Amino acid sequence: MITVKNLKKRFGDNVVLDGINLEVKEGEVLAIIGPSGSGKSTLLRCLNLLEKPDEGELIIGDKQLDVHKMSSKKIYQLRQQTAMVFQHYNLFKNKTALENVTEALIIAKKIKKPEAEKIAMKILNQVGLEDKVHQYPVTLSGGQQQRVGIARALAVNPYAILFDEPTSALDPEWVSEVLQVIKKIAEQNSTMIIVTHEMQFAEEVADRVIFMADGNIVEENTPKEIFHNPQSPRTKQFLRRVGSGEEDV
Amino acid sequence: MDLNIDFGYLISLIPDLLPFIPLTLFLAIVTMVIAVVLGMGIALVLRSGLPVLTHLAFTYVSFFRAIPSLVQLFLIYYGLPQIFPALSGMTAIAAAILGLSLKQAAYLAEIFRAALGSVDKGQMEACLSVGMTRVQAFRRVILPQAIRNAIPATGNQFIGLIKETSLAFTLGVVELFAQGRILAASSLRFFETYLALALLYWAMIIIYTFIQQAIEKKIERPYQS
Ligand SMILES: Nc1ncnc2c1ncn2[C@@H]1O[C@H](COP(=O)(O)OP(=O)(O)OP(=O)(O)O)[C@@H](O)[C@H]1O
Ligand SMILES: [Mg+2]
Repeated sequence: MITVKNLKKRFGDNVVLDGINLEVKEGEVLAIIGPSGSGKSTLLRCLNLLEKPDEGELIIGDKQLDVHKMSSKKIYQLRQQTAMVFQHYNLFKNKTALENVTEALIIAKKIKKPEAEKIAMKILNQVGLEDKVHQYPVTLSGGQQQRVGIARALAVNPYAILFDEPTSALDPEWVSEVLQVIKKIAEQNSTMIIVTHEMQFAEEVADRVIFMADGNIVEENTPKEIFHNPQSPRTKQFLRRVGSGEEDV
Repeated sequence: MDLNIDFGYLISLIPDLLPFIPLTLFLAIVTMVIAVVLGMGIALVLRSGLPVLTHLAFTYVSFFRAIPSLVQLFLIYYGLPQIFPALSGMTAIAAAILGLSLKQAAYLAEIFRAALGSVDKGQMEACLSVGMTRVQAFRRVILPQAIRNAIPATGNQFIGLIKETSLAFTLGVVELFAQGRILAASSLRFFETYLALALLYWAMIIIYTFIQQAIEKKIERPYQS
């Protein structure tokens, strides 16, 4: 279980997360939607501690962190509970697809190279990249790069995988292959939090959807309810604007 | 007009000069190694944002980039022993290496700082997000990419340094240039002697440029589509 209690984050005077409370059960797929600047990325980045929260408590699996009692060791331990899939992939540019996946296994998890490569090959196979493993990121399409990014996150076997708009930097032609891969992972009972602008995808893949605005969770429900029977006017307005206008059916 | 250039003499000088190339290269390479280590340290401090240390590093760079190499060599070789008698045993070669490295490190620090700064921030974040430590990330992902960024400018610095080693002659080190001067003074064939020297420096730089190109080619491989 992931528990977020009263998570606050501000940049200067800009309050970006205004006391977020959130729970994600093991094996649950949570989608986060909301307008640009509502704090979705910041929420994920706080969970992964790429951003230091100002206030609150995080519990991910068996690791807990109180923001007022942070030490670099605790940050490191909590961070290892999650792995992030980035909007712009952020593949290690100096490493092949295979090395991108084995790197954390060998360096952080101290797994022997042959064993790490076996694990990596299996996962790259899962994401359909078995014939690209020795290529460098620049030679891969956006969709392929993102699938390596997903493989890299999967490989460290985290408690939860965090996706920050995994398809929004992709050319339209590569979107569906990446969404397919994410769906496949979701079906394997992984705990996932997905920030996305793909409403239809969110509806299909998520067990639960959160709508965020101005650093708050405005509405939280099953995909069916959120997309077809939204309660808050802000949710309605947002869905209308992104063209998922089924709420007035 | 009789140009009166004795090419035969020029060529005959080469064997007399060649034995001094190792010392010139020794000065350049040892200086470079020290400067790379020191420069990287300073670059890391400059990027750390640590209050006092950053200021010191900044002052270091500012000072050593500003003073002429010659002033610096004299300051170290003739000046320092006056203040610290223990240093009077310092050899001219050591003084030359020390002086040139301190200066070179200042330039390299700026180059390395920029090279580290232009590695995409997302690279470090990706490392952290899969459970690597900052040190691991630096060693495995950030540094290799920064090296790629730094190689061209660093190579230029090294070429400059090969030439600057000739300043060591002012401290009495008999390296390539000093030997050339000695030969010229005894033969009075200044043109041939200094032209021979010029050609030798040129040859060294050409060979080094080849080496750098080979290194660049290897380092560039992951980034070529
Ligand atoms: N490093 C930062 N420094 C200052 N302000 C920041 C920083 N990161 C985010 N912000 C601000 O925080 C707010 C929320 O940003 P965030 O990236 O979390 O939004 P988002 O919901 O992910 O938006 P989008 O849908 O555009 O990705 C924005 O106003 C943004 O300008
Ligand atoms: Mg975002």
